[in-house]
Amino acid sequence: MKFRKFLGLRLLTWALTILIGVTFVFFIPRMFPSDPVESMIGQIQSRSGQMDPAQMEAMRAQLRVQFGLDGSLIEQYGSFLWNGLLHFDFGPSLMSFPTPAGEIIATYLPYTLILCLTSTFLAWLIGNLIGLRAGFQKNKRSSKIMESVAICIYPIPYFIVALVLQIVFAFVLGWFPLITTINQSGGTWEFLSSLLWASILPAISLLLIGTGWWIISMKSLSSSTAEEDFVMFARLRGLPEKSISNRYVLRNSIIPQITALGMSLGGVFGGSIMTEIMFGYPGVGMLIQKAIMASDYNMILGCITISIVAISTATLIVDLINPFIDPRIRYS
Amino acid sequence: MRKFWKNSNGRLKAGLIITFIFLVIGFIVYLFPHEDPFSKNTYPTKLLPNMEHWLGTTSMGQDVLWLLIEAIHNSLFIGLIVATIGTVVGVFVGLLAGFAGGVLDRVLTVITDTFIVIPSLPILILMTSLMKGSSTVIMMALVLALFAWPWPSRQIRAMSLSLKERGFIDTAWFSGEGTIQVIITEILPFALTWSLSNFMNATLSAIASESSLAVLGLSPGNLVSLGNMINWAMERNAVMAGLWHWIIPPIAATVLLFIGLFLLITGYNDYLTMRRGK
Repeated sequence: MKFRKFLGLRLLTWALTILIGVTFVFFIPRMFPSDPVESMIGQIQSRSGQMDPAQMEAMRAQLRVQFGLDGSLIEQYGSFLWNGLLHFDFGPSLMSFPTPAGEIIATYLPYTLILCLTSTFLAWLIGNLIGLRAGFQKNKRSSKIMESVAICIYPIPYFIVALVLQIVFAFVLGWFPLITTINQSGGTWEFLSSLLWASILPAISLLLIGTGWWIISMKSLSSSTAEEDFVMFARLRGLPEKSISNRYVLRNSIIPQITALGMSLGGVFGGSIMTEIMFGYPGVGMLIQKAIMASDYNMILGCITISIVAISTATLIVDLINPFIDPRIRYS
Repeated sequence: MRKFWKNSNGRLKAGLIITFIFLVIGFIVYLFPHEDPFSKNTYPTKLLPNMEHWLGTTSMGQDVLWLLIEAIHNSLFIGLIVATIGTVVGVFVGLLAGFAGGVLDRVLTVITDTFIVIPSLPILILMTSLMKGSSTVIMMALVLALFAWPWPSRQIRAMSLSLKERGFIDTAWFSGEGTIQVIITEILPFALTWSLSNFMNATLSAIASESSLAVLGLSPGNLVSLGNMINWAMERNAVMAGLWHWIIPPIAATVLLFIGLFLLITGYNDYLTMRRGK
């Protein structure tokens, strides 16, 4: 019974959070004076010269319907919630009219997911392993060195890491191309190898920053677990250090890290923007930037809506499964 | 002061020293008389570092050293404004939610949680690109502050919820203190130590956001900040032309500033736990 009440309340907050976030995103562009329909008509006029005024009026009305900009603000909002949020139909994209924005996002999405999910998992794994060692044997010289390295890398803003990697490996050493190209016309093998080649530098940059954080947090978690009484009893019972570290310290300090992993998986869209723009990697992040530059509202709304839904759902799932992995937590 | 220094740990000391140096450069050295570093063709172009121009000049004839000093000034300035707004608003909202309880608390908590969940970078990119051309430093700071208040607000709410139950708060109620009095004299002292650490954190993330946006070309074009300085150097192909004295100083300064602030934050947090006797 208690669980049901908890679940109900949690689902309500989940829905409310998404609703408020999306509302916010819906109204921001409409508060600013630029109008996508006018700018599109401007583009068409500059391409094909003057047009018949009556024809243009008809086109303007047609475009307003297409972009969901007809009717009052409330009507627009209503139809955005119904079509966009509930059916993931965001209308046509302005950049590549008349392809639906949702369709374009779907073609870019796998690239982002492959790059970001892999590097997030890898960073989590490596960081926690190093962090566990550094926290469990915190007086060892190697632990101290690892921690200092992590402290020096983690706070650096992401774009600096990306920039330095690019300057060193692509420009000075010339190991990687300066501009990412993915071979989509060749066969599967050409496509996969060019994708892998294009992902190496972005993945390394994400790994560097990500691993630093996991090392720092795991180190502090495991070093406080290592001071608990049950670890001392395990030592007094004469258990080997390795099994104390793996069975006692790791198990007790990994739980908050699993929660944090869930959160950071939800946040990959937000995090991928800088990576993809800096390295020219063709994913949703780059799509967002292109869309913003071309004031393609439907596309912007689509990308950000998906990312809000993803991160709030990740938090929801984490909150719901937490009591299963950690029996000390009760639904409340 | 001397006792504080003696009790503080290595990280806190290193962080304090680095941050202090940056503050001196950004707010004191900055005041020394110099030519406006932003105006172009003040000096011969592409000079290598020499006695007169310690870090050389850019391909637009600007002095790199003074450009860097101005950039440090502006980046710190934006960071401090954003952190101030964020911390003040966050502490206020958090205390209000924690103490009011009931419907107001529910509403404020949902709004706060939403702002924590909304991915800030896409929205910042969206807003700054809509303002492009007309944005000013103050506008930039206000937009960044939009995402600086929710975190402190959530933490302060949790803190006031647990403090509310303690005995000394009841004592204060029973001795006739009003709500505002209780908040100011009993709760705020607890909230302040935490807020200080949050303030430094907010400064760091505001500087990071501004410079990330600048590297994407979305910061006000006439604002000399660390991010813009890197962006200009990249745009003018400083790397291709081998003008390392132009691109390395802003990158190195940014890295040092962030490590310094981070050491200061973690050192300060360790110092607080140590003082609490853990």
